[in-house]
Amino acid sequence: MPVFILLTVWTALRILGRNRLRAGLTMLGIVIGVGAVIAMVSIGEGAKAAVAQRVASMGTNVILIFPGATTAGGVRSGQGGAVTLTVADSLDLKKRISLLHETGWGKRDVMQIVNGNKNWNGTVNGVSPSYLTIRDWSFTSGGPFTQLDMDTAASVALVGQTVVDNLFDAGEEPVGSVIRIKNVPFRVVGVLAPKGQSSQGTDQDDVIFIPFTTAERKVVGTQFLGSVGAVFASTERPEDLASAVEQIREVLRLRHRLQPGQDDDFVIRTQVEIGKIQEGASETLTMMLFTIASISLLVGGIGIMNILLVSVTERTKEIGVRMAVGAKRRHILAQFLIEAITMSVVGGCLGIVLGVVGARVTSMIADWPTIISANTVATAFAFSVAVGLFFGLYPANKAARLNPIDALRYE
Amino acid sequence: MLIRCEDLWKIYRLGDVEVHALRGLNLSIEQGEFVAIMGASGSGKSSLMNILGCLDQPTKGRYWLNDVDVAALRSDALAEIRNKQIGFVFQNFNLIPRTSALENAQLPLFYRGMPLREQRVLAMEALSRVGLNGREGHYPTQLSGGQQQRVAIARALVAGPSLLLADEPTGNLDTESSREIMTILDGLNKEQGMTIILVTHETDIAAYADREIVIKDGRVLLDRNTRADLRPSSSEV
Repeated sequence: MPVFILLTVWTALRILGRNRLRAGLTMLGIVIGVGAVIAMVSIGEGAKAAVAQRVASMGTNVILIFPGATTAGGVRSGQGGAVTLTVADSLDLKKRISLLHETGWGKRDVMQIVNGNKNWNGTVNGVSPSYLTIRDWSFTSGGPFTQLDMDTAASVALVGQTVVDNLFDAGEEPVGSVIRIKNVPFRVVGVLAPKGQSSQGTDQDDVIFIPFTTAERKVVGTQFLGSVGAVFASTERPEDLASAVEQIREVLRLRHRLQPGQDDDFVIRTQVEIGKIQEGASETLTMMLFTIASISLLVGGIGIMNILLVSVTERTKEIGVRMAVGAKRRHILAQFLIEAITMSVVGGCLGIVLGVVGARVTSMIADWPTIISANTVATAFAFSVAVGLFFGLYPANKAARLNPIDALRYE
Repeated sequence: MLIRCEDLWKIYRLGDVEVHALRGLNLSIEQGEFVAIMGASGSGKSSLMNILGCLDQPTKGRYWLNDVDVAALRSDALAEIRNKQIGFVFQNFNLIPRTSALENAQLPLFYRGMPLREQRVLAMEALSRVGLNGREGHYPTQLSGGQQQRVAIARALVAGPSLLLADEPTGNLDTESSREIMTILDGLNKEQGMTIILVTHETDIAAYADREIVIKDGRVLLDRNTRADLRPSSSEV
């Protein structure tokens, strides 16, 4: 039997070699199918990994608390409509919840920033010094502002890379220079290390940090002293996030004197859940791409079946001769199955090359991250073999069921 | 006794019409005989050949080949009999296209699962036996009709069968090639004692055989020994 299989594979290759154009066109379906599966899944996997990386850059152990909606006379404001969170809330959370490693607070506003003859419209964040620790910001030059700056409402600023690119000439050192925010002069004390895009797609480096007290009193203003735009908290370990969130909710409800059944007047978000939504979205995308690619593989399989049926008809007489000299039904079955599988295997191999090259080119041209895993390649290949086997079965069976005498007489 | 047929019937159904190709045919052939089967077209001689060659089953009746009741066998067993005991030579050669003479001659051994080297050796011997030395690598299209038929004979005898069935082997050949082919068949019969059954409607081709059987309307009309100086045979019919 091994001799038979080896020789049949050899025969199949020769037959395919003879009808090069026909075999090539037939295999093209499989080539495109396998190539598409690999390229699409690689792009999908790459997107997923990029999301995971962005989530990590936001901090996997960070909790964000925003003011919630209020209801006044049946009219509900949007999220953040209420001014319910305060500096005192933040400090109290730190004191009461041992799981929390650090808490901070901040408020933000978009305003015009000027340096010499350049200006830029950026987000100015007034934050507590602890915020910088929570979000794990580091510096390319200079350093953070201090508790003393906070206490004295000093006019000092930290600038992100995007702001630096837009306000300073190349090679100019931002640290030590004075910029004006809403016409108030600020001394730049640090340049933040770039973090890239956030998981929401915003530029995390288009940012300016100033002490919260300075923001409250000199630039952003406030409804009442101590109201904040957001409270931030971090836990020691990412696993504690869920229980910390529950405890924060309890403490805040108590502090805000909310009755049971009343809605929270704040919203708690974690990066993990934001990331999960995005990961879910990219997973849906991957599944969709995979489905589309699978359909082209299916079409490729139908192509194989079609060409084999033609081949069986064309070679009916040959089948008759083979049967006359002693080929059993299973020999004929094996011959056509092996031809089908040979086509799909050769097509699959070419498809792998096409898919890998396609994924590489995509990440080069479109600058999308792609991940080609051995798993994807193996799955696509196995799929193509299965397609060959499945779609070869019907024509092969048709050939094997021929009556020797009818096959011999066929003209 | 190599072949024994008793009351063979073959009925084809073409739509609503029943065609009786064989109507209770009886026949016996000994090992080593050279038999010519003759008859007009539609006489049933092709149906008889198909059954004798185990390519087809009779509708009714029994057929013993080497004392095995062939009519009771299934397709795989029939394939094995065709592979080991029967060699076929067809009118239109029936070589596998775009496949070398050597590979065509190897074909029966291929389905026997024989190691490739042994296949080669035996096929070379068979080709040499029919005088095709040096043409092993030629494709059918590169060979003349007579040469193609010789490849077909090599393929038929490579497996060392006890029975060779030749269905109008010279039907598509010129006189010269026909004579060559018949000389080879005659040699196989006389020198190696191979049983040969030849279907033909040419009397000069039938003259190579030792026994002549004429079929008409699905029955044996005449069965005589041509070597016994036209003495009517004591027919077993």
